[in-house]
Amino acid sequence: MELILVNIIDGLVTGLLLFMLSAGLTLIFSMMGVLNFAHASFYMLGAYFAYQISIALGFWMGLLIAPIIVGVLGAGVERYGLRRVHQYGHVPELIFTFGLALLIEELVQFIWGKNQMPYNVPDVLNFTAFSIAGNSIPAFKIFMIFISIAIFIGLLYILTRTRVGMIIQAALSYPRTVEALGHNVPLIFMGVFGVGTALAGVAGVIAGPVLGTFPGMAFVLGSIVFVTIVIGGLGSLWGALVASLLIGWITTFAKSYNLAMSDVLNAIGIATPENLSEHWLRDLWTVTSPQIADILPYILMVLILIFRPAGLFGKRHS
Amino acid sequence: MKNFTKMCAVSALSLAIGASAAFAENIKIAFIDPLSGPFASTGTNGLHQFEFAADHMVNEQGGVLGGTEFEIVAFDNKISPKESLIQLQVAIDQGIRYIAQGNSSGVANALTEAIDKHNRRNPDSRVLFLNYAAVDPALTNDKCNFWHFRFDANADIKMDALTDVMAADEALKKVYIIGQDYSFGKAVAAAAVSNLSTKRSDVEIVGNELHPIGKVKDFTPYSRKIIASGADAVITGNWGADMVGLGKSLIESGYNGPIYTYYAAGSGITAALGESAKGRIRLIAQGDINPIGSDEARAAYNAFEAKHPDGNIDQSRIFNVIGMLAQAIEGAGTADDVVAVAKQLEGMEYDSMWGGKLFMRPQDHQIIQNMNVGVHTDENIEFDYDNSGFGVLTESTVEMASMDSPTTCEMKRP
Repeated sequence: MELILVNIIDGLVTGLLLFMLSAGLTLIFSMMGVLNFAHASFYMLGAYFAYQISIALGFWMGLLIAPIIVGVLGAGVERYGLRRVHQYGHVPELIFTFGLALLIEELVQFIWGKNQMPYNVPDVLNFTAFSIAGNSIPAFKIFMIFISIAIFIGLLYILTRTRVGMIIQAALSYPRTVEALGHNVPLIFMGVFGVGTALAGVAGVIAGPVLGTFPGMAFVLGSIVFVTIVIGGLGSLWGALVASLLIGWITTFAKSYNLAMSDVLNAIGIATPENLSEHWLRDLWTVTSPQIADILPYILMVLILIFRPAGLFGKRHS
Repeated sequence: MKNFTKMCAVSALSLAIGASAAFAENIKIAFIDPLSGPFASTGTNGLHQFEFAADHMVNEQGGVLGGTEFEIVAFDNKISPKESLIQLQVAIDQGIRYIAQGNSSGVANALTEAIDKHNRRNPDSRVLFLNYAAVDPALTNDKCNFWHFRFDANADIKMDALTDVMAADEALKKVYIIGQDYSFGKAVAAAAVSNLSTKRSDVEIVGNELHPIGKVKDFTPYSRKIIASGADAVITGNWGADMVGLGKSLIESGYNGPIYTYYAAGSGITAALGESAKGRIRLIAQGDINPIGSDEARAAYNAFEAKHPDGNIDQSRIFNVIGMLAQAIEGAGTADDVVAVAKQLEGMEYDSMWGGKLFMRPQDHQIIQNMNVGVHTDENIEFDYDNSGFGVLTESTVEMASMDSPTTCEMKRP
């Protein structure tokens, strides 16, 4: 029973981290129609920059400065890269971001090498906040939860309650009209791209010490971010939040309980075949939940695409 | 002007021919391992050690066969068996006779099969497989062949030595086994279960599971499960990023017992685990690093550090590979006839500078050597890993571990 509570907290941490990545990606997509394959690479850059800054100035300056550098880099990529490629259509844009992801990974390996960096939790937060039945909840995870929630509330406020947010939302649906009203739409695009990548940077800064800072960190998170925004509905902030939490909890619970497929099938009244080792469905019968935990989000995505193609909170009906 | 261009072209051409002629005499060793992706750090560090060992032990000593040098040629296999077979073909086409590989027994299984097939069909371009780290026992048992030599102890030998240490711990009651989901992870789990059940039948195995290799972002759910099971000790064969992730999350999640490992050192792992894992992580390995095996080894280590300030000698067996290969080539008097070289390697006894004697068992080509169980600590460490101040201190040694262990190998010799 206690384990459930622990898993809820762990799943929340995973989910919120995913949210910080998918929020930026979904904003960029809804605005520019660009699926940014390099998004997870900006997350990696955030972690590496923060590590480098933390050596000289400490973790907190890293948390402050690294996302800004990542955001500026992101804005630069939009201004001098994507905007030029944009005129040739969506496919060149996709290829551009894909190439960028490879380039960033190579650059990171070139500068920092291939080893995992000793980027650790700051001493102030390196203690156990509380423990439930022998399971410690590190203070840093609580800190991660608060940062992510603060960012979500901040984003929601800016997008729905401020003038800037209104212009962004308007530019999202009717860019030509907004332009005709005298707003600088390319500037807004650049800003959104910058903010989106900066968010990924923040995620990298706070995930680096926990999940490890190594050149493969973008790769392991890359595809799941796309799954999140498809499930949540492309362009929806709430959708990104709900889908991230859903994925966080599904994978956490699937991994921490050894639920065997044979038990599930037995429970719904199908008897285990007698000579299992010879049976043609042997692999299905012997599968356990931790083994399939990582593909569950993909199964969910397929189901969503079949039954609700716009995603959970998607508004597009084109 | 025209003449000048012509002259330039001619001299450039002759230079190029001269250069290639000079290189052609090198004995090339193809290094096929991951140099990109999640396990890039492990592969790259291995490559550095190979290059250094070849220079330090052979080329700077005047080479073998009266002046021929060793040359390491790197191929990136992205840890994929399919990619490895392509790279193997490229290496063979370049005229390379020696293939070194170590990371992932899945890759090694594919390579050993392909090399066996190639050597049967192409007697003129046979190659030898120098396996320096892939430890699936099958490679020197059911799947053994004449061309494969293993310079690392296999998973059974390591587990035998590791469980000797564990069995001595009276307080041990519950053990959790976790590993990567492929042939090596399964071999570790099987060896752990069989060894523990014979040495300590009172110890309960409370968990035995495999996780996807190189794909787990966050090990916290696994750690929660391990803690909930009440385990006193954890056994894992994890390596690379999977080892760091598991080790860190176990300690952060409040697990208090020891973690028995195969590969929890170097390649950034030691630095990433750092203070939190002090005295908690034990690992089984060959080669004496702390305390160092000999003054020769100390000099080699210092020279390596001077060349690669961020690197470690975390796989000292790579030096044994180079040393034994050089000795075998000298003994055979040729580097081109790999059958003669292989016959030299078979049954070879070799004094390693990293301490102890090595014996290449002829019946299955499995090396027999001293095995050390060490602990991750920062006390009495002369050579730390990752410049972290932490390293592995040898606590106990099993001499010539599993010398008489049985093998199912039925080797066909050419």
